[in-house]
Amino acid sequence: MVNDSDFLNTLLLTGKLAGWTTAILFVIGLPIAYVLAYKRFWFKSLVEALISMPMVLPPTVLGFYMLVAYSPQHAFGGFFEKYFDVRLAFSFEGVLMASVVFSLPFMIQPLQNGLVAIPRSLREASYTLGKSEFTTFIKVLIPNMIPSIITALAMTFAHCIGEFGVVIMVGGNMPGETRVASIAIYDEVQALNYDVANQYSLVLFIISLLILTVIYSMNGKKKMLF
Amino acid sequence: MTMCLCGSNRKFMLKIHIERSMLTSEGKCLLKVDLEVANNELLCLFGHSGAGKTTLLRILAGLFNPDRGYISFNGEVWYDSAKKINLPPQQRNVGYMFQDYALFPNMTVRRNIEFAQKVRNAEEVDSLLAHFGLEALQKQYPAKLSGGQKQRVALARALAAKPNLLLLDEPLSALDYDMRLNLQDEILKAHKLLNSQTLLVSHDKEEVLKLADTVVLLRNGIVIKSGKPVDVL
Repeated sequence: MVNDSDFLNTLLLTGKLAGWTTAILFVIGLPIAYVLAYKRFWFKSLVEALISMPMVLPPTVLGFYMLVAYSPQHAFGGFFEKYFDVRLAFSFEGVLMASVVFSLPFMIQPLQNGLVAIPRSLREASYTLGKSEFTTFIKVLIPNMIPSIITALAMTFAHCIGEFGVVIMVGGNMPGETRVASIAIYDEVQALNYDVANQYSLVLFIISLLILTVIYSMNGKKKMLF
Repeated sequence: MTMCLCGSNRKFMLKIHIERSMLTSEGKCLLKVDLEVANNELLCLFGHSGAGKTTLLRILAGLFNPDRGYISFNGEVWYDSAKKINLPPQQRNVGYMFQDYALFPNMTVRRNIEFAQKVRNAEEVDSLLAHFGLEALQKQYPAKLSGGQKQRVALARALAAKPNLLLLDEPLSALDYDMRLNLQDEILKAHKLLNSQTLLVSHDKEEVLKLADTVVLLRNGIVIKSGKPVDVL
């Protein structure tokens, strides 16, 4: 049987991973979504395809490549170990990095769709009023895509708390470090602890349901904006 | 063809000499405009859909690039393909009124006007609100406004930036007949307030006859005729 402290710690670790992933992706996702929504360049389709890959790729494939890259013998993993003293494989930092990559489309696509849905004339009106692209982005575009932002945040968070394949590939099952709720469920079922598995499952089910309800209510608001 | 759109004793301020290929419902055609617009003139670009009226307005605002040519305003070069000069919209200081008015949905009427100001000036905002009869609506958001009210806010906002040039893209096309008659006066008011050139796109003869000092008749990208509205239409 699992004790309350383990149960709570696992859920907190799940929330921490989802929270950090969502925050990091929001910061890097906004400029990426802006470029994909409004700029033209010859390899744009390739970038869009790469960002969408996690939606079709088995998580184990991405997890495998990330695990290889995390190796201290590999340039990427070696760089982090040498300069930041961080070993990425089987650590929270490694899982977080994989989670950010794996959740990219869940943040970028709603943001990109939100930007595309804003009438072009709003941007152009701002430019003719002398406002820079940055000012227009901050003061005109972002305030007019709040439902899309909430959808992107919620989708990313919800996807993160359900992540399994990538986490187990690059993080394994280390309590307090990489053992998130989805892995704990698998672990408890393997140990025939169905009651504990049920507790974790119920929490994930309720959180996911709440998040999806928020997303669907935001979709209604998006239609009302323009 | 270079056209003189006003008396020879007046100073020419806006010089347009551009070409741009366009794709219309009748296929590819070339927008070729060569004209000069005098100070304080309200010039109307008249023609059917696809004639190139909006394209020309967008080129002047810097929202579209011509294929080649030259645009200058009061001696300042806005576009010169030979010298590779192309000022972005932010540096042209034009007031552009879009067909859909393009009011910012997240800002109140007052905030829309304030946003256009280069330097915050509450008195000027009050004055514009009063001028266009918008005082009672200043705390409303655009979604709550009627078409006519949106048009007046868009005009006030365009003027708040103190533009060199006012560009109005079919500002009354979405409104019913009575509303159009009322708001034509608002456009004249805005033009007088600005005391500079206004270019208005329209395909409504009555509107042109009432508002324009000069009309340019465009067909398939080519200027067919220009002069006083009573002579051209």
